[in-house]
Amino acid sequence: MADINLKINGMDCKAPAGSTILQAAKYNGIDIPTLCYLKDINEIGACRICVVEVKGARSLVASCVYPINEGMEVWTNSPKVLKSRKKTLQLILSDHNKSCLSCVRSGNCELQKLCKQYGVEDENLYAGVMNESEIDGTAAHMFRDNSKCILCRRCVAVCEKCQGVAVIGANERGFKTNIGSAFEVGLAETSCVCCGQCIAVCPTGALYEKDYTDDLIAALNDPEKHVFVQTAPAVRAGLGEMFGYPIGTNVEGKMAAALRRMGFDKVFDTNFSADLTIMEEGTEFIQRVQNGGVLPMITSCSPGWIKFCEHYYPDMIPNLSTCKSPQQMFGATLKTYYAEKMGLDPKSIVSVSVMPCTAKKFEIGRPDQSAAGVPDVDISITTRELGRMIQKYGIDFCNLPDEGFDDPLGEGSGAAVIFGATGGVMEAALRTVVWKLTGEKNDSPIVFNEVRGTEGIKEATYDVAGIKVNIAVASGLANARKVLDMVKSGEKQYHFIEIMACPGGCVNGGGQPQVSAAIRNFEDIRALRAKALYSIDEANTIRFSHENESIKKVYAEFFGEPGSHKAHEILHTSYVPRVINE
Amino acid sequence: MGSKKNIPFNGTPEQEAKLRAVIAELKDEKGCLMPILQKAQDIYGYLPYEVQKIISDAMNVPIEKIYGIVTFYAQFSLYPKGKYKISVCLGTACYVKGSGDIYDKLIEKLGIQGGECTPDGKYSLEACRCVGACGLAPVMTINDDVYGKMTVDKIDEILAKYN
Repeated sequence: MADINLKINGMDCKAPAGSTILQAAKYNGIDIPTLCYLKDINEIGACRICVVEVKGARSLVASCVYPINEGMEVWTNSPKVLKSRKKTLQLILSDHNKSCLSCVRSGNCELQKLCKQYGVEDENLYAGVMNESEIDGTAAHMFRDNSKCILCRRCVAVCEKCQGVAVIGANERGFKTNIGSAFEVGLAETSCVCCGQCIAVCPTGALYEKDYTDDLIAALNDPEKHVFVQTAPAVRAGLGEMFGYPIGTNVEGKMAAALRRMGFDKVFDTNFSADLTIMEEGTEFIQRVQNGGVLPMITSCSPGWIKFCEHYYPDMIPNLSTCKSPQQMFGATLKTYYAEKMGLDPKSIVSVSVMPCTAKKFEIGRPDQSAAGVPDVDISITTRELGRMIQKYGIDFCNLPDEGFDDPLGEGSGAAVIFGATGGVMEAALRTVVWKLTGEKNDSPIVFNEVRGTEGIKEATYDVAGIKVNIAVASGLANARKVLDMVKSGEKQYHFIEIMACPGGCVNGGGQPQVSAAIRNFEDIRALRAKALYSIDEANTIRFSHENESIKKVYAEFFGEPGSHKAHEILHTSYVPRVINE
Repeated sequence: MGSKKNIPFNGTPEQEAKLRAVIAELKDEKGCLMPILQKAQDIYGYLPYEVQKIISDAMNVPIEKIYGIVTFYAQFSLYPKGKYKISVCLGTACYVKGSGDIYDKLIEKLGIQGGECTPDGKYSLEACRCVGACGLAPVMTINDDVYGKMTVDKIDEILAKYN
C-alpha cells in the first residue's frame, strides 16, 4: 500500500495508508499509551488515554481509531496531551480500589504503569463517591472484582467477539455503569465456558483466576502425600515471560528444574498423556469411520470448548470424542497404572497440573473424571500461578540448569508438544492415523502444513489409504460456531474437527502470562509462542505418538490395546447437556 | 450475588402469544431490538427475566446484551408497577422543601429502592420531576391522588389508606 506523509512531533514521517495515528506513530518508533484499545477486538476509542493533538482538529483525538491522512500534523506529547492523559488517569482513580500492594496485578498492571509514567502524584485528587460492588467468586475458575474495573470493555469484547459467548456486558449507565451478567447473577449461573480470555485481556486486577497455590504448598509439605506434577505443552512456551524472557522462549528445562526444587516427588509431563490421547482418539476416529459411527468427530482436549458445546450445541455431544482431555488422562493413568506399579494408594497421591488454562479448574470437578475412585486431578494451577510460586520460593529461574522430566510419565513425542498450538492435535492425530491406515511404512508424513498457523478456521482434505478425509481446525469459539453451523446446515461435510476454545490454541490460553495491550496490539503472541512448540517438535527424535516408548509400555503392561475396555473405563468420559444462561 | 432474576412474574399465555407475534413481525428489521423491548414492556408492564429470556431465545441475542439495554434506558423497567404507584417529586422546589427525606423514609419503610416494587406487588416507588404543584411542595402522589405539604410524619397515616 502507498505510504502517507505526515508530521509527528515535528518530524517528517511516513506510514502505510489506512493506518491509525497510533499505528503510524508505532511505525515511526513512537509509543502512544492505550487502555481500552485491543487491535481487531476492542476499537471503541473510549478511554481517552491515547489522545493526541492534530493540527486543525477541534479537540484532542483518540489516536487508536483516528485514521492518518496526507500532510497531517500530530503531536503525541504536547503539554495539552500530557495534561489530558494525567487527568483521565486521576478520574479513573477516583472510582478505583487502589489497594495495589495486595493486588495480584501489582507490577504488571497497565493502569499502574500509566499512572507511574504520567506522574499521577495525587491519586486521591478527585476522591468522592465510589461505586459499591461485591466480588463474584461463584465460578470454579475465577473472581470478578468490579472495584478494580476501569470499564475498558476489553473483557466484554473478547467474550462476545472472539468467543461468541457474551455472558458479560455493560449494565446500567453513567456513573453506575458496571460490567456484569444479566440480572446480576454470578458467573457460575451463566453459560460462561471458563476460558479465561477475559482475564488474559484485563488491564488491571479486576479479573483473576482462583489461586490454588496455598493448597499446593500445603500438599508439598504434607509428609503423608505423594505429590506429582504434569505440565501442559503450552506452559513451557509462556512461563519464561514472567522471568524476563522474550515471548516465545522455550523454558522446558528450567521449568522442570524449578518444579523439582519446589519439592514435587516426580516431575512429569502432559506430553505423555497427549500421546496417549492420540492413541485413543486416533483409534476412536478410525473406528467411527470404519463402523459408521457419528461423524464428524470433534476433539475433546479443550474444556472450554466442551462446556461451550454442552451449553450451545448440546445436540452435537455425540460428535465429541469420548476421550478425556490430556490433563485428565494423565491424572487417571497416574492414579491407576502408576499407583499400581509403585504400590501407592491412590488416596495418598496429590495429582497436580500446570495448565495454560482456567477451564481446567472447572474440568477437574466434572463428573466421570475419577478413574481410581478419587479425582484424576486434585489441583490445577495456571502458568501464572506457577510463575508466582517460583518467585515466592525464591528460585533463581534464569540461572537454573536445564533438566528433563522423570520417567515413565515424563516422556512425550514431538506430536504431543504441538498440542499447545491450534492445529497441533489434528496434526498429531493425522501422523498416527495415516501411519495406522497405511501400514508400517516408514515414510509416513510428519508435517501437515495446512493445519498450522494462527488463522481461526483451517480446512484440508487428505487422501488416507484411499479414503478422502475432510478436516477442519477452529480456534476461538466464535470460529467454532461458524464451523458447527456449516456442519449443521449440511454446507460442509467434515470427518474430523479440532476445536480449541482459545484463539490460537492453548499457547494463548486464559491461564498464560498476561501480555499488555502495548505488546499485543503490535505482535502476534499466538504465533510467537507456537513457534517455540514447533521447534521442540522438530528437535525431537520421536515425532509420532505411537513411537513413544513409555506409551508402548503403558499399553503392554496395563491398558492392552488402544480403545480396550480398560482404556475406555479409565481414559474416556461422558458429557452433560446444559442450557444457555438458565 | 444479589440476583434480580427472582422478581415475581405472572405472565399469561395471551401475553406471551402477543410478544411472540411482535417478535415475528419485527425480527428481520435492522435495529429491531429496541421496538421489540418497548412493545414487550407495553404488553407486560415491565421486563423481568422471563420476558427477556423469551426475546433472547427467539432472536438469538445473548440475554446479557438485552439486559444491558434494559438497564441503560430509564424508560425500561425490571420491576412491575405496584397496585399503588408512589411517586415523590425530587424537582427543585420539592427538594429544597425536604422531599429527599420523604423519599428516603419511603425507601426505608417499604424496603425497596426507587424503581422497585414490594414483593407482594402492592407498592412501587419512584422519584419524579416537577408535577406542576410547586406551591404545595413537597409533593407526593399515589396513583392519581396528590399529597402536598408532605412531611415524614404523615407517611404512615397516608399509607394506611392504601391497603
